[in-house]
Amino acid sequence: MLIKLIEAIGAFIEKPAEGIGRCMLLLYSVLKHIVKPPFEIRNIFKQMLEIGVNSLPVVLVTAIFTGMVLALQSYTGFKRFGAEGLVGSVVALSMTRELGPVLSALIVTGRAGAAMAAELGTMRVTEQIDALETLATNPVKYLIVPRFLSGAIMLPALTVVTDIIGIMGGYFVTVILLGASSKAYLRATWDFLKQQDIYNGLTKACFFGAAFALISCYKGFYAKGGAEGVGRATTGAVVVSSMTILISDYFLSAWLFK
Amino acid sequence: MIELIDIHKSFEGKDVLLGVNLKVEKGESVVVIGGSGSGKSVLLKHIIGLLKPDRGTVTVNSTDLSTLDEDGLNELRKKFGMLFQSSALFDSMKVWENVGFGLKRHTRLSDPEVKDMAVQKLKMVGLSGAEDLMPSELSGGMRKRVGLARAIAMEPEILLYDEPTTGLDPIMADAIDELIIKMREELKVTSVAITHDMKSAYKIADTIAMLYNGVIILTGTPEEIKNTSDPVVRQFIEGRAVGPIVVEGMGR
Ligand SMILES: Nc1ncnc2c1ncn2[C@@H]1O[C@H](COP(=O)(O)OP(=O)(O)OP(=O)(O)O)[C@@H](O)[C@H]1O
Ligand SMILES: [Mg+2]
Repeated sequence: MLIKLIEAIGAFIEKPAEGIGRCMLLLYSVLKHIVKPPFEIRNIFKQMLEIGVNSLPVVLVTAIFTGMVLALQSYTGFKRFGAEGLVGSVVALSMTRELGPVLSALIVTGRAGAAMAAELGTMRVTEQIDALETLATNPVKYLIVPRFLSGAIMLPALTVVTDIIGIMGGYFVTVILLGASSKAYLRATWDFLKQQDIYNGLTKACFFGAAFALISCYKGFYAKGGAEGVGRATTGAVVVSSMTILISDYFLSAWLFK
Repeated sequence: MIELIDIHKSFEGKDVLLGVNLKVEKGESVVVIGGSGSGKSVLLKHIIGLLKPDRGTVTVNSTDLSTLDEDGLNELRKKFGMLFQSSALFDSMKVWENVGFGLKRHTRLSDPEVKDMAVQKLKMVGLSGAEDLMPSELSGGMRKRVGLARAIAMEPEILLYDEPTTGLDPIMADAIDELIIKMREELKVTSVAITHDMKSAYKIADTIAMLYNGVIILTGTPEEIKNTSDPVVRQFIEGRAVGPIVVEGMGR
């Protein structure tokens, strides 16, 4: 009975454990190739454009509405105990510490992560990755390193934009729509916001960017089984990346914002 | 030059190669024949280290591939050109960028020079004017020829062809056979080709090897193969559904 149970648990965690192990091996290989010349400058810029610039519209829309709803909700809620003056602080702290990094990470995962897994997966099942190898080109260096680096660089950049736009959205609702004082809102924004909040938020974003890129590339790189396999890799990339972002967010926050 | 010794390979419990031995001398052209699914492509991928044998050794230029690290293997691969059965073109790149990929990465040539070289190779495979197309705009036979141009672009010492003439019309197939012969005669390349097409096998091979049930059952010159009394090989080269090789769905 007990043995059966242990076996069942073992079978249940075997797959994820194997996946984590192989993902770590891939990470090791990626880190090794990052510091080894020649550097794939052209590819890195292409990916940065793909991840950063092309994600900008969705990120902007998300940021502005998140800031707006945050302000709206906290304004009407805080009014019950006369704390409307703190709306600016709530928006600023939530955006920089939490929502900026996490929301941009989730959105970029849905867009760029899925695209990475689909592209690499297709390259795998159509033997394009094998072809790269026969042309004496290391696929980890050529395909994964640029995506990993752009993830880690562009997500903090997008987060800065999200933070600013979110705060502007909050300002718009509180000051323009609900008629609170502009000066008081800005004061509340600045007074309680520390540089550390912003830095820690960006640190999280950098981690999320590296994580979603690594996971999505991993899923695509080891895809097998034709079009269906590519589909599975793509879904898997989005699900696992999102989970990783949300779970690691708790632990990173607990560690960074002591 | 190339030696496969007792190569075993299975995928998830499915045995594909069961002790393949094959020797290819410098400048020799070996053609591997065998039924669909018999493991020919798997065999070819072992030669360039895309697949690692479960057991046995692959040596190229007297280096055991399993002793090479990543960089060593990449250095060795610069001597190779490979045409994939599926062509495996990079579909995010134009035709000339596909053909010039190796040149761009491993030489100091400028982009226009690479393009010139690529155009010249495309001309050799009968695809002048296709350089600016995307792979998705090509027919299957055109893709195959772009794959061939990419394989020969770096003027490698060793060429691996996985079904170079499949999907081509008979005239184009013959032209590609001529090109393969020219590569061997003019550039002295060593080659291993896979084909189903016995006409082209007889034409391009110095040696023909037949893969059956995971092993090489017979090697010989085209003459020897033509006149063999081995019933399995006879059935294959004569293309009969009935014989010692049992074809599913052909109840006999
Ligand atoms: N990466 C792989 N994973 C699992 N099985 C594989 C893999 N590659 C090949 N196989 C299996 O190995 C066997 C031989 O495949 P291979 O592609 O070498 O056949 P082939 O002789 O080239 O056939 P064809 O003439 O149709 O191209 C097949 O049954 C195939 O299912
Ligand atoms: Mg094959």
